[in-house]
Amino acid sequence: MEIFGISTALLGSQLLIGLINGSFYAILSLGLAIIFGLLNIINFAHGAQYMMGAFVAWIALTRFGINYWVALIVAPLIVGITGVLIERLMLRRLYKLDHLYGLLLTFGLALIFEGVFRDQFGISGESYEVPELLSGGVNLGFMFLPIYRGWVIIASLTVCFGTWYMIERTKLGAYLRAGTENSAMVQALGINVPLLITFTYGYGVALAAFAGVLAAPIFQVNPLMGSNLIIVVFAVVVIGGMGSIMGSILTGLGLGLIEGLTRVFYPEASSVVVFVIMVIVLLLRPAGLFGKS
Amino acid sequence: MSSRKYARTACAAALAALSFGVQAQISGGSVKIGVLTDLSGTYSDLAGSGAVLATRMAIDDFIANEKPSFKIEVVTADHQNKADIASNKAREWIERENVDTVTELVTTSTALAVMKVAKEKDRIVIMNGPASTPITNEQCNDVSVHYTYDTYALANGTAKAVTTQGGKSWFFLTADYAFGHALEKDSSAVVTANGGKVLGAVRHPFPGSDFSSFLLKAQASGAQVIGLANAGADTTNAIKQAAEFGITPKQSLAGLLMFITDIHALGLKPTQGMFLTTGFYWDRTDETRAWSKRFFEKQKKMPTMVQAGQYSSIYHYLRAVKAAGSDDTSKVMAMMKKTPINDFFAKNGQIREDGRMVHDMYLVQVKKQSESKYPWDYYTIKATIPAAEAFQPLALSRCPLIKK
Repeated sequence: MEIFGISTALLGSQLLIGLINGSFYAILSLGLAIIFGLLNIINFAHGAQYMMGAFVAWIALTRFGINYWVALIVAPLIVGITGVLIERLMLRRLYKLDHLYGLLLTFGLALIFEGVFRDQFGISGESYEVPELLSGGVNLGFMFLPIYRGWVIIASLTVCFGTWYMIERTKLGAYLRAGTENSAMVQALGINVPLLITFTYGYGVALAAFAGVLAAPIFQVNPLMGSNLIIVVFAVVVIGGMGSIMGSILTGLGLGLIEGLTRVFYPEASSVVVFVIMVIVLLLRPAGLFGKS
Repeated sequence: MSSRKYARTACAAALAALSFGVQAQISGGSVKIGVLTDLSGTYSDLAGSGAVLATRMAIDDFIANEKPSFKIEVVTADHQNKADIASNKAREWIERENVDTVTELVTTSTALAVMKVAKEKDRIVIMNGPASTPITNEQCNDVSVHYTYDTYALANGTAKAVTTQGGKSWFFLTADYAFGHALEKDSSAVVTANGGKVLGAVRHPFPGSDFSSFLLKAQASGAQVIGLANAGADTTNAIKQAAEFGITPKQSLAGLLMFITDIHALGLKPTQGMFLTTGFYWDRTDETRAWSKRFFEKQKKMPTMVQAGQYSSIYHYLRAVKAAGSDDTSKVMAMMKKTPINDFFAKNGQIREDGRMVHDMYLVQVKKQSESKYPWDYYTIKATIPAAEAFQPLALSRCPLIKK
C-alpha cells in the first residue's frame, strides 16, 4: 500500500524513528523548561551536559568496568552534582541581572566543557556498545526495530512523565511551582527557596546527562554531540512555550514525528523544518503552543 | 679596539654580509609557512594538531638534513571550517606577516576561498585535507597544489573495486554540500562505467547525527551497496547505526572518504570487511612505519593520509625553495613541479600543470578483529592503484590551465 507514493512500511518506520528522536528532544527540552521556569536562566550548557553524561558513562565503562545500568543512575548523579556546583558558585550571582548574563555564562561554560573534552579525547569520539540485554532487534513487519531504540522511548517517556507528575502532583512540585510564581512569598512561608533552586538546576542538568547516557550506544560519543542537538532543542522549547513542562514534552515528541515525515518527503529540509515551525508559531502565538502569555 | 678584536669583528661582518647575500632572494630573510586547518571541529582529528605536528617534523628534518641558509617559521590558525574565516586569516598572514605559503586547508570551501586570495597576492597554497575535484578543475590556478587525494581518486579506487567484485546496485547517502555532491557524482560515474547501476540517493543535512531515517530509505531501495558520500562524524554515525538496524551485513557499506582515525573511533566490529581508498597507510613499508612511529610518539595516534601528506608536501616545498634559491612564488612552483617526489609518502610523485600531485593510491580492506594483531593494525592492502590510474587523467581536465 502506498500513501503519496511512499509505502506505508517506510512511512511507519519513519514515524517510529521520529518518535525515538522525539524522545530525546522531549527529555532535553524538559530539562531546559524546568530550569527556565524556576531560575529564569536559559541554560546554554545543556548540550555540553548531555555530552558529559555520555562521556561519564563511557569512562565508567572503559576505565572502571561500570556497566550501562549503573551508569544510567551514576552518570546523571555525577553531572547533576557539577550542575549544583555551577549553580552555587556562579549562576546564583546572576539572578538579579538580565537573562542575557545567564545565557552568556552558560554558553561560556559549554565552550569550556567541550574544549576540555576535545582536548582529552579528540573529535572522532568513542564507541559505546549496546548493553547485552538490549542488543539485537525485533522484526515488526514494516521495519526492523533495534530493541535498544524501543528502550529509549520507554525510558525517556517514563522519566518525562515521572518528572511531570512530580512537579504537577506532589507537594515538592507545588513548592517549586509556587517558587516560580512568587519566590519572596514562598520564602516568607518558611520554605528554603535557594535550596529548591539549586536542586532544580541540578535535576535539569541530570536530565540532560540521562539523555546523554541513553544516546551513548546510538551515537558516537564525541565532544560536539550536544552542540549539534541543542539548537533544535531550544527551538522545541520556544515552540512549546518557555517554561511549560507538559508543553515541552509533547512538543518534543511531536516535532520528532514531523521531522521524521520531512525525512520521507523532502529530506533536504529535515534540518530546518523545526525552525520553520518555530517561526510560524512565534508569529501566531508568541508565547508558544502551551505557554501563558 | 685591539687588532685581534678588530679582526674578529671584521670577519663577523664579512660573514654576515656573505650570508645576507645568500639570503637576498628570501623575502624577510625567512620562509614562513602558515598551517590553516580545523583545530577544533569535526575534521580536527584527521588534520588539525596532527597536521601542525607533521609540519614541524618536516621543518626539523629539513633543517637537520639539508642545512638550509634561511630561517623557517611556522604560524598556525583554526579556520573552523568556515570559508570567510579562512580567507580573512590567509589575507592577514600574507599582508601583515609575509607568509609565503598557506597549507593544509581541510574542507573544500575554505580551500577554494584561500586559493582565490593566494592567486590575488601571488603566494603558494598547498592543500592536503580538502577532497573536492573542482580544486584542480574549474577553480584551478597556477599557485595551488592539491597534494594528498581527491574525490575522484577515492571514488575511482573504492567504487571500482566494490562494483567489479559484484556490488552492482548502489544507493548513496550523501552529505548535502559541495563535497558530498562531488563525491556522489564522481562515484556514480565510476559505478556506471563498471557496469553497475545507481538506484538513488538521499541527501542528509550536514552535520547530522541520526541517520536511521536515511538508512531505512537506503534499505528500502534494495541496493546491494550503500555508498557513504560523507565524512568524519557523519560517516562513523551512519556506519554505527547501519549495524544497529541490521542493514549490514545484508547490504554492504562503502565508505567513500574514511580515515584511519574513523576506523579507530568505531573499532573493527562495525567496520570489518569495508573497502576504502587511502593515499597512505602507516604499516605499509619500513619507511612508513619508521616515520609513523615518530609521529605516534608525539601525537599518540597514527597519522592519517592528510597528516603524512602534509609532512611530505612541506618537505617538498622547502626543498624547492632551497633549490630555487628563492621564495618567489613562480620560481618555487616551477621547481616543485619539475622535481619528482620520492619519500616515504610517495614514489615518483609528480605535481601536474593543474596542481594535482599524482602518486600511487592504495585500495585497502578493513581487517576482522581476529586478524588484527597489534594496536592500529587495521588494513590489508588489496591493491596498489598506480598514479596514472588513480587520478583524473588530464584529458578529462576542466582546468583552464590545461591546453588541449
